[in-house]
Amino acid sequence: MPATMTPGAFEAWFRVLKRELLLAYRQRNDILTPLIFFIIVISLFPLGIGPEPKTLQLIAPGVIWVAALLATLLSLPRMFNNEIHDGTLEQLLLSPQPVSLLISAKILSHWLTTGLPLVIISPVIALTMHMSNTALLFTVITLLIGTPILSLVGAVGAALTLGLRGGGVLLALLVLPLYIPVLIFSTGAIIGAGNGFPVDGQLSLLGAYLFVALVFIPWVTNHALRVSLD
Amino acid sequence: MNWASFFNMGGYAFYVWGSYAIATVVLVLNVWLPLRRYRKLKQTLKQRYETSS
Amino acid sequence: MIFQKLAAPKYFYPFAGKLLPWVAGLCIITLLTGLYLGLFVAPPDYQQGETVRIMFVHVPAAWMSMFVYAMMAGACAIGMVWKIRLTDTFVTACAPIGASFTLIALLTGSLWGKPMWGTWWEWDARLTSELILLFLYLGFMALQSAIDDPRRAARAGAILVLVGVINLPVIHYSVEWWNTLHQPASVARIDGPTIHSSILTPLLVMATAFKLLFVSIVLLKMRSAILENEADSRWLQEQGV
Repeated sequence: MPATMTPGAFEAWFRVLKRELLLAYRQRNDILTPLIFFIIVISLFPLGIGPEPKTLQLIAPGVIWVAALLATLLSLPRMFNNEIHDGTLEQLLLSPQPVSLLISAKILSHWLTTGLPLVIISPVIALTMHMSNTALLFTVITLLIGTPILSLVGAVGAALTLGLRGGGVLLALLVLPLYIPVLIFSTGAIIGAGNGFPVDGQLSLLGAYLFVALVFIPWVTNHALRVSLD
Repeated sequence: MNWASFFNMGGYAFYVWGSYAIATVVLVLNVWLPLRRYRKLKQTLKQRYETSS
Repeated sequence: MIFQKLAAPKYFYPFAGKLLPWVAGLCIITLLTGLYLGLFVAPPDYQQGETVRIMFVHVPAAWMSMFVYAMMAGACAIGMVWKIRLTDTFVTACAPIGASFTLIALLTGSLWGKPMWGTWWEWDARLTSELILLFLYLGFMALQSAIDDPRRAARAGAILVLVGVINLPVIHYSVEWWNTLHQPASVARIDGPTIHSSILTPLLVMATAFKLLFVSIVLLKMRSAILENEADSRWLQEQGV
C-alpha cells in the first residue's frame, strides 16, 4: 500500500509540491494567519496569568505546544477544501502516478507553509517565555519532529470532513484526541530536558510516530478523499 | 436486615446511590429511546403495507 | 456459512427478532443477580467502606466502553474486507451505547473519587483515558451526523474508527506515562486494593449483564434500521413486520 515509484513519479511529486508552494505563496494570508494566531495565543497567557518569569517558564512548554496544535487546526481545511470545486482534487485522484505519493507532496507543502514557520519562530517565543536554553532547544526539536505529525494526522481529518458543514470545528473534534500523544511526549521531552533528565525515550517515540505516519497516512488519506468525493 | 443502615451506605449514600442512579438513568434511556423508535416504525410500516395491499 | 447468510438484512431481521427476547431475558437475570451480589452480599472494603460498591457499576462500564469500541473497529474492518453493508448499521448502533458507558464510567468515577480523594475530578491515567475515549465516540457521532449521504457517512466513519483504534493504545500509553510523571505521591490510585473473590464475582456478573444489555440494544436498533432502510423491499412486506 505505500506508493511504489513508477517512471515519472518523482517528477510528478515534485510538480505537485511546486504547484502547492506557488499557490500558497499567492495566498500568503493563509500562511501568515496561523503563524500570527500562534503568537497571539501564546501572548495571551502572560496577559491572563501574569508575567512572573518562573510561572511562564513552567507553563511555556504546554502553552507553546497547545498553541501549535490550535494553529495547525486552523490551517488544515486549506489542504483540500480549495480544490473541491474546480475539479483539481478529482484530477489528482485520477492521476496515473501513485496517488498516495502525490498526496504526500501536498502534506509536505502544508507542513512547509504551516509547521515550519512555527519551528522557525519558536526560539523567539521561547525567549519571551523565559525558557532556559535547553528548554528552548528541545522546543525547537520537538516542534521540528512533531509539526509534520500534526500535518500528517490532520490530513486524514481534513479529507474526511471535506466540504462538510461545521467543518472546522468538527475537524478539531476528530483530530485533537489523536494529537494528544504528540502533545504529551513533546512537552514531556521539553520539561524533562529542562530538568536535566535524558529524554531519548520521548524523542524516539515521536520519531517512531512520525515514521509510521509518513508510511501510512498518505495511503489512508487517499482512501478518505475517495470516500468524500464519490 | 437493617434497611436504614443499608440505605445509608456507611455515610456514603449520596455517592453510592448517585452512581447507581446515573447508571440506571443512562442505560434505561439507551433502551427506551430505541424501543420507542422501533415501535413507531413498526406501526408506520404495518399501516403502510395494509393500505397498499 | 451462517454468517454469510446473516449478512443479508432479509435473514438477519428475523434472526435478531428471535434472539432478542432470550438475550434480554438473560440480561435481566444477570443484572438482578449482579445487583444482589454487589449490594447485599459483597462486604464493605476495609479501606473504602461502602463506596467499593460503586466499583460494581464503574468498572464494568469502563470495560464496556472499551469493548464496544473494539467491536466497532472489528465490524468496520470486516465490513471493509467482505463488503458487508450490515456492519455499517451495527457500527452506527454501537456508538451511542459506547459513549453512554464511557459517560457512566466517568461520572461514577468522579463519584467514587470524591470520598476517596476529596475532589470531584482527578487527572489520573484511567479517568483521563476514558475522557479521551468519550471524545473519540463523540467525534464519530458528530462526523456521521454531519454527513447526509449514508454511504459516505458509513465509509468515513469506518476510516475514523480504524484510525482511532490504532491510536488508542498510543494514547493510553502516553496518558499512563504522563500520569506517572505528574502524579503526586498522596493521590491514591483508583485501582484501590487487590481484588479478591467476594469483589470479583459481582464484578464479573455485572460485566456479563452489561454485555448482554449491549447485545440486546444493538439487536433492537439494527432491527429498527433494517425496517427503515428496507421499507420498500418485497421480503419485508411478505414476511410481515
